[in-house]
Amino acid sequence: MKLQTATRLGLYAVLELARDPDRTLSSAELAERFGVSSHHLAKVLGTLSNAGLVRGGRGASGGYRFIANRRRITLMDIVALFEPAPGQRAREPGEETDIGAALQRVLLEIDEIAEATLRSISLETMLKPK
Amino acid sequence: MVAIRPVQAADLPAISALDARLTGSDRPAYWQEMLAPGRHFLLAETDTGMLAGFIAGEIRAWEFGQPPAGWVFAIQIDPRLRLKGVGTALFEALVAGFKEKGVTRVRTLVDRKDHLILSFFRAQGMIAGPSLQLDKELS
Repeated sequence: MKLQTATRLGLYAVLELARDPDRTLSSAELAERFGVSSHHLAKVLGTLSNAGLVRGGRGASGGYRFIANRRRITLMDIVALFEPAPGQRAREPGEETDIGAALQRVLLEIDEIAEATLRSISLETMLKPK
Repeated sequence: MVAIRPVQAADLPAISALDARLTGSDRPAYWQEMLAPGRHFLLAETDTGMLAGFIAGEIRAWEFGQPPAGWVFAIQIDPRLRLKGVGTALFEALVAGFKEKGVTRVRTLVDRKDHLILSFFRAQGMIAGPSLQLDKELS
């Protein structure tokens, strides 16, 4: 399964911040930790902040911390902020044909299994020591 | 805190009632069968003797070609006592029973739209197993 870059960065940032909710990390510190673009990550943190998952300090040096409930938030909650919801994307050419419809049923089955997996894993479960 | 112990026949009415309240299906005969030899059927009760929850399972060998594994058939927790570790205590006791019998894997089947129970098993460290369940409506 391939996630968009913003989704992957969102998951990295939320999981790193949720690891210790008392800790504050700047966008630059998070970007360095994962070897990703600080500019791109700053936009992702804005989305996470609007969703009430993190709270950000002001200015370039302002840090972010996790403010949601680790036991309640699942991987799907973060993925849904960045990926189009199943069934909400535009129709592709050929979908109205019998072959197109049959292919759509297979893709829907895969989407349902992926969603069930992402929705069943809380941040708390992800961060549990193995 | 709750105490875990094997289910006895006298516990079945309370177990059936809790299950019926949570699932909407009354199936006392099914729970009676769980008392059969070889089944692992445990309950959790509070210090006042109130039923907090139960778990049922069995070791099955070579089911669908798979080596022996412990299967979890059912787990129910009184909603008033959830998020207090009752389900984890029941799961751990069941798994300990399976381990005593020499099995090294535990399995279950879950409705993929039942996110609550899926999350519970994930939190116990369970991940997708090697089998994929297939299904067809017979007309």
